[in-house]
Amino acid sequence: MSYMLGVLVLSIFAENFVLSQFLGICPFLGVSKRLNTAVGMSVAVIFVMVLATAVTYPLFAYVLEPNNLGYLQTIAFILIIAALVQLVEIVLKKYIPSLYKALGIYLPLITTNCAVLGVTLLHFTKGYSYGIALVNAFGSGIGFLVAMVLFAGVRERLESCDIPKFLQGLPITLIAAAIVSLSFMGFSGIANGLIGG
Amino acid sequence: MNQKYTQTFTKGIITENPVLRLCLGTCPSLAVTTSLANGIGMGAAATLVLICSNVAVSLLRKVIPAKVRIPAYITIIAGFVTIVQMLVQAFLPAINESLGIFLPLIVVNCIILGRAEAFASKNPVLLSAVDGLGMGVGFTLALTLMGGIRELLGAGTLLGMSVIQEPMLIFIMAPGGFFVFGMLIAAANAIAQKMGKKPVKSVGCDGCPNHGNCSGCDQPAPQENQAGGEGQ
Repeated sequence: MSYMLGVLVLSIFAENFVLSQFLGICPFLGVSKRLNTAVGMSVAVIFVMVLATAVTYPLFAYVLEPNNLGYLQTIAFILIIAALVQLVEIVLKKYIPSLYKALGIYLPLITTNCAVLGVTLLHFTKGYSYGIALVNAFGSGIGFLVAMVLFAGVRERLESCDIPKFLQGLPITLIAAAIVSLSFMGFSGIANGLIGG
Repeated sequence: MNQKYTQTFTKGIITENPVLRLCLGTCPSLAVTTSLANGIGMGAAATLVLICSNVAVSLLRKVIPAKVRIPAYITIIAGFVTIVQMLVQAFLPAINESLGIFLPLIVVNCIILGRAEAFASKNPVLLSAVDGLGMGVGFTLALTLMGGIRELLGAGTLLGMSVIQEPMLIFIMAPGGFFVFGMLIAAANAIAQKMGKKPVKSVGCDGCPNHGNCSGCDQPAPQENQAGGEGQ
């Protein structure tokens, strides 16, 4: 139980997907301009991440690996994620239109989001069990949400700032991201203690 | 005819550099450029995939139905990525170790899917191959530059050789990546402005294959995007 909690905290803060592992940078820089789009996108990412893990983990562990088909991992995972996103879109559209309205616009973007493919691949390099992998996927999604929301706030403040001409636009956004990322480095110290060395 | 090929090749390196001008493929650019060797390795792997996938997509451009083209492109790209992954694992285990998860993640690199969609699906084979080579070289050069700067300032070495005595470790960590990238974009913008081109204001959405159906990005379709942002 405490291990599970450790993995959760680790994946949200110390190993934050966006700010320390550089996954999902495109939506992080592209969609974080307004708070509501940032939250909508992040919720969609959490949803797809957990779902993708739930499907791809057993596929690799029980079908591909025992049959020596491990090399098909990349190709199988990306196809499953693409199909899954399509399926979620169709199901949401039919049964929960209100949720579809809120999240639907972000779904096509998620297929090519490296954070989702990244999380499903990382479980195996880290050697997590199925349960822990699900917790890690959820935590990574929450970490994405935290980073997006924090950064949306930072960017709102940036808009009213007097920025030197040569830094306007993307450069100042990246420098602000550097400072936010610097603050997250403070969490790296607690990582070892949490997981139990 | 010759000029067309030269133009296609050079635009990927300078005027439409995928990293510094179009701002595509930001994840690998930030993540693997902790050293010069990593930058070159990643660049070379992506270039190989880019050329192969451009050729394959161009060859199949009249066969693939428009409706399922994106999944078809992704499958083609994933196939080549798997090949490159196996080659790197077999012959360059050290590079495989340091690139880690970012090697399979070439699949979702928007430069590759973007070029398949924007160029290879509309152009003949040889021209598509040249486009892939140009974009790949541009990507590699940008990663090499970034990897070089970060290794020099952060570890005090270049390709493992000691250059600076007291390095600033922060440059090879996450914040340094964002910072160096920001400064490089600022420099690229300044040069572009001198040449009379528009500076990059935001993350590139033009090259993104989902540009048409995604309202998440904040440019350049402002109306659609507004509706998407507040449409809850």
